[in-house]
Amino acid sequence: MILYLMCFFLFLVGVYGAITKRDLIKIILAIGIMGYSVNLFLVLLAYRTGALVPILKKGLDIPASMMVDPLPQAIVLTSIVIELGITALMAALAIRIYQKYDTFDITKIRRLQG
Amino acid sequence: MPVDIWLYFILGFMIIGSIACLEIKNILSSIITIGVVGLGLSLAFLFLGAPDLALVQFVFEILCMIILIRAFAKRSIEVRALRRDVPETIIAIVILASIFVLSIFAFKDLPSFGKPIVRVAERYLAQAGVETGSQNIITAVILNYRVYDTLGEVTVLFTAILGTFTILRKTGRKKRHAE
Repeated sequence: MILYLMCFFLFLVGVYGAITKRDLIKIILAIGIMGYSVNLFLVLLAYRTGALVPILKKGLDIPASMMVDPLPQAIVLTSIVIELGITALMAALAIRIYQKYDTFDITKIRRLQG
Repeated sequence: MPVDIWLYFILGFMIIGSIACLEIKNILSSIITIGVVGLGLSLAFLFLGAPDLALVQFVFEILCMIILIRAFAKRSIEVRALRRDVPETIIAIVILASIFVLSIFAFKDLPSFGKPIVRVAERYLAQAGVETGSQNIITAVILNYRVYDTLGEVTVLFTAILGTFTILRKTGRKKRHAE
């Protein structure tokens, strides 16, 4: 359980960065940290003590109870790729905002209305 | 050494790294520090029996660092000193700490580390070799059992790329002259 708690602490570090930092780049990095911790948590839930990688081998009959859970790993594989797209999109938005306002400070970006 | 000890070490390393990443003033150092955190995550995946994920995470981390450095390092290489509100930070830390303490009760109900509840995947593990002919069960799940999920992933990725190009292009669409 301590591992889960540490993983959740990592998530909270990301939340802390996202709500207190004023720098757009720092906010993007904080969202990245939150993504890391969620991925790690799903894979932690899938681990089985002393289990092997879920890859079949010819001639070597591994029973199903000796492999880790493959389902969260497949989902996390999807999630990692999507995270890359999201990071690129957020970086593009931040660059555009910088071109328009000459700053990354979110308290100075005030002309968003209309 | 058991896997737990390694994971404690790597997770502690990641937590320290992410706090450093958020607190360093120089933005280039900050981006490189988050790269280190991501490589630690890749190592953790390797210990948790997920070599595919470790590889993907490694490539993701390198690409992510390249994108972020290319995007931001030139614009803000100077040391940035944004002022911060001390009361806001203290309130945020107190609220997050209380959430952390409350979460201990929630995490008690989860299955303990190393004893997962495997229900759906039991069938995958038993049948995937026969049903799909794939040796790697993760590939079997991605490309056979949950292929619509992968289709959705590709759609999301395509949309993100399209959005990035749309946001970053230099010239908008030319207005058609009134005839």
